[in-house]
Amino acid sequence: MTIEAPDLSLAALAPLLFVFGAACIGVLVEAFGPRESRHPVQVAVALVGTLGGLVATLLLSGTREVTAGGALAVDGAGLFLQATIAALGALSLLLFAERNLDPARSAFVVAAAVPAGSVRDRELLTVPRVQTEVYPLATFAIGGMMLFVTANDLLVMFVALEVLSLPLYLICGLARRRRLLSQEAAVKYFLLGAFASAFFLYGLALVYGATGSVRLSEVRESVSGDGSGILAVLGLALLIVGLLFKASVAPFHTWTPDVYQGAPTPVTAFMAACTKVAAFGAILRLLYVGFGTEEWTWRPLIYGVAIVSMVVGAVLGLTQTDLKRMLAYSSVAHAGFLLTGVLGYPSGGDPDGSGLPAVMFYLVAYGLTTLGAFAVLTLVRSGDGEATHLSQWAGLAQRSPLTAAVMSLFLLALAGIPLTSGFTGKFAVFRAAIEDGAWPLVLVAVLTSAVAAFFYLRVIVLMYFSEPAADGPTVGVPGMPTTVVLAVTAAATLVLGIVPGAVLGLADQAAIFVG
Amino acid sequence: MSDSLLLVAMLVVPAVGAAVVAALPRERTALARQLALGVSLVVLLLAVLATVAFDPDGDRFQLTTSVPWIESFGVDFALGVDGIALVMLLLIGVLVPVVVLASWDDKAPARRSMRTFFAWLLLLEACMVGVFAATDVFLFYVFFEAMLVPMYFIVGSFGGPRRQYAAVKFFLYSLVGGLVMLAAVIGLYVVSEAAGDGTFAFESLRQLEIDPAAQRLLFLGFFVAFAIKAPLVPLHTWLPDAGAEAPIGGAVLLVGVLDKVGTFGFLRYCLPLFPDASREFAPLVLVLAVAGILYAALLAMGQTDMKRLVSYTSIAHFGFIALGVFAFTTEAATGAVLYMVNHGIATGLLFLVVGMLIARGGSRLVGDYGGVASAAPKLAGVFLIAGLASLALPGTNSFVSEFLVLVGSFPTRPVFTVLATVGIILAALYVLILYQRTMHGPQRGVLFPAADEPAGDAVPTSGGAHGATATLTAPAPAPARTTSRLRDLSRREMAVVAPLVALVIALGVYPQPLIRLIEPAVAATMSDVGADPAGTSPTPEGTD
Repeated sequence: MTIEAPDLSLAALAPLLFVFGAACIGVLVEAFGPRESRHPVQVAVALVGTLGGLVATLLLSGTREVTAGGALAVDGAGLFLQATIAALGALSLLLFAERNLDPARSAFVVAAAVPAGSVRDRELLTVPRVQTEVYPLATFAIGGMMLFVTANDLLVMFVALEVLSLPLYLICGLARRRRLLSQEAAVKYFLLGAFASAFFLYGLALVYGATGSVRLSEVRESVSGDGSGILAVLGLALLIVGLLFKASVAPFHTWTPDVYQGAPTPVTAFMAACTKVAAFGAILRLLYVGFGTEEWTWRPLIYGVAIVSMVVGAVLGLTQTDLKRMLAYSSVAHAGFLLTGVLGYPSGGDPDGSGLPAVMFYLVAYGLTTLGAFAVLTLVRSGDGEATHLSQWAGLAQRSPLTAAVMSLFLLALAGIPLTSGFTGKFAVFRAAIEDGAWPLVLVAVLTSAVAAFFYLRVIVLMYFSEPAADGPTVGVPGMPTTVVLAVTAAATLVLGIVPGAVLGLADQAAIFVG
Repeated sequence: MSDSLLLVAMLVVPAVGAAVVAALPRERTALARQLALGVSLVVLLLAVLATVAFDPDGDRFQLTTSVPWIESFGVDFALGVDGIALVMLLLIGVLVPVVVLASWDDKAPARRSMRTFFAWLLLLEACMVGVFAATDVFLFYVFFEAMLVPMYFIVGSFGGPRRQYAAVKFFLYSLVGGLVMLAAVIGLYVVSEAAGDGTFAFESLRQLEIDPAAQRLLFLGFFVAFAIKAPLVPLHTWLPDAGAEAPIGGAVLLVGVLDKVGTFGFLRYCLPLFPDASREFAPLVLVLAVAGILYAALLAMGQTDMKRLVSYTSIAHFGFIALGVFAFTTEAATGAVLYMVNHGIATGLLFLVVGMLIARGGSRLVGDYGGVASAAPKLAGVFLIAGLASLALPGTNSFVSEFLVLVGSFPTRPVFTVLATVGIILAALYVLILYQRTMHGPQRGVLFPAADEPAGDAVPTSGGAHGATATLTAPAPAPARTTSRLRDLSRREMAVVAPLVALVIALGVYPQPLIRLIEPAVAATMSDVGADPAGTSPTPEGTD
């Protein structure tokens, strides 16, 4: 008996190899590297890995192939999203590496295994030692996400889902301050995430049962040939639930505010930006490639979930008094806006539906903006921790005009005001939806945008029009890494608003799924 | 074409000016305001040059520029003006330097700098120019929304005691309208895509034949945004708040120019793009317009706060403009456009004078003033001129436009016109009551503390004192003796009001040059909407 080796195009896998390679080297460094030099080395390894992955995706642009025995589809959309994840991941790693803001030099706990509040924990709180496990963990998560968006096979997709999730569960619990909150967030995320994974797995099994394959292209042939039976539809629904959970789409969003609030802010930034991109990448691939011919099976579901998500995100966002929770609900609302774009699928004979490039552009724009907004949150501190309560931000513009101006830019972008990237993104997804005839959905979307704008504006009102509180927070002076992140994200927010042509064009060209 | 750069320059000069002013150090307020004045005068000069270069009998859009902007959306950066947009640019050109001069000595609230105010003002000017000069619907939308940001900061940072509330209310109302319009803008694009080439260019969109059901939806999308902006009656409640809480300079631009974007939008976008829907919805709009005229006038009479009162008068005036636009005669619509300009001048002047009075007394309440005329005759004189212009007395600019609107509307909409005429009487009432209460009668109120209460009771007699009711805006000037507390208009203030007073009278006597600019554009719009183009001699000696 001979076993045929699957075809494997190493070139097409290069981005993944870079990132996973860096993660493995990170583990080795963690085990064998001397403690004093570990931090710079880990940061360097992680950055080289992600940036190497980014460069590799750029070099691969134009590739359209299915490789690794049909398990991976390296195509325009996949590479575009991989590049986005790698870039956003590298920026998040820079936030992780910031050492100037926290008096104890890092946002991460020194020894996560020490019980919170114990004597040893209090001793460690002021030790300037830094913990570096977080870099290989985050690199693994980035690799998992990059695998997720190119997975052409439901099993690979599931493996990627786990590879990206498990490190995330861990690093959510690593906050140096308010450790109990952070650990609670990690447990919550893990439990609910495990449920979501189980849903996904069950859906996978049902789809396999119905179609006899886990390969997306074969699933499509099967459902379009024989019609999709109840099994396949049920399986699809469960798969979507698993993915919507990761994308924090309401009603599967309940973990989002708690985890966003409890996790260390750089990790929150990482999750808000990168996980969203990865989850939507997988949703798009599953729906467009696997069930593209059977649009009726998912269209009503996505339609309804989009409305729920926009309304829940916007309305509950109004009631929040904590900035991190507010941004979490904003992320739920934005997930709804993204889903309106997902509906702009090229249906029937119309081959150039603008949904895919619109969602891809939106993900870039939203990822950069939200990453920037969380980066600003790390600057504003009171006592030892971050000042995330709304009232603490009163009069911030008078303490630090630059911080307030940058934050306002991000908030205006999240609200979708023209000349910021948020507007361009919204325009693109709304256009895709209207072209597809979904104008009632767009009407709901614009009204919820207005509601959401209220809570973004409230922060601007506080920063600019309120008198500062007497014992208000201080604005830390960021070191090089955070400065770079803020500069890049703010510049991108403006550039993608004023001259978005290049990136839009790139998304248009890249918007191709193979497989 | 060298002419075509004029509009670009009108956009770039204030935008760059804003950046320069914002970059000045905090303490350099004096330099900031000089720069702002200089920049705004340059824009005025450019507007005049544009008017000279404009040929009323030429193409519909002139001074055009167009470069591709976002190709994958089919968006061009396209500028150009017709007569209607041109007169609005002139209005902007005149009002902004006046506002800069009027805000010259204003003190910024604690820990804020007037430098920032002037920077926002210039940015606002750039956005206002853009919104009127855009000939690409997407570009128009961008400026329409972007315009909110500077105004939001002007109201929120430099306004009265309830500025936070007013600023947010203003922003959200406009944003809701704007977002609904966004859906319609995209819808328009999709319709044009279905008909061939997807485009946002106004001239191409105008030639589309859109089916009636789609027209209705798209019309409503645009209409809601413009009706909030203009504002028409059920959607007007943000204006009295924003108008009352905005600093005077902001209030002048808010009602003088920003709100005109709404009525301008009716004429430029609703009518030509959706002619069938416009005709269908015209009765509804007219009901709102006439309701606004009467309702807002009644509310104006009941106001105790002068700035709110002036804001309500504006809502009534917007009713007249909407009536003129939706009467579908060239005469009425020409009157409406002229009204847009004249209202900017007359109400701007009224706001400025009221602001000067408030700056002296420190209170916005009508009841806190009385007998000002005898102590400050110049102030009272300008107040009277502004008031009379506002109630459209013959000889003032507003008369011409109001008359044209009514005369032009009567043949097609007699009932609405007759009802609207009642508004003129109400206007006379609210203006004259305001004038009489504050300017005539015995000297009393915050400016004359000795007259109606024992000296030293409510008001300390020596320097730095605040009047008893001076809690609302500026600190009252320190009284040396009770009566000399009231200064008449200073030389700077005379310079502020002089150009507007001159325009009130000049345009009241000889409006022909403006009508000449406006009329061809209006006639073209009316032929788009398929209205009877008969009434083509818009002179006050028409029918009747």
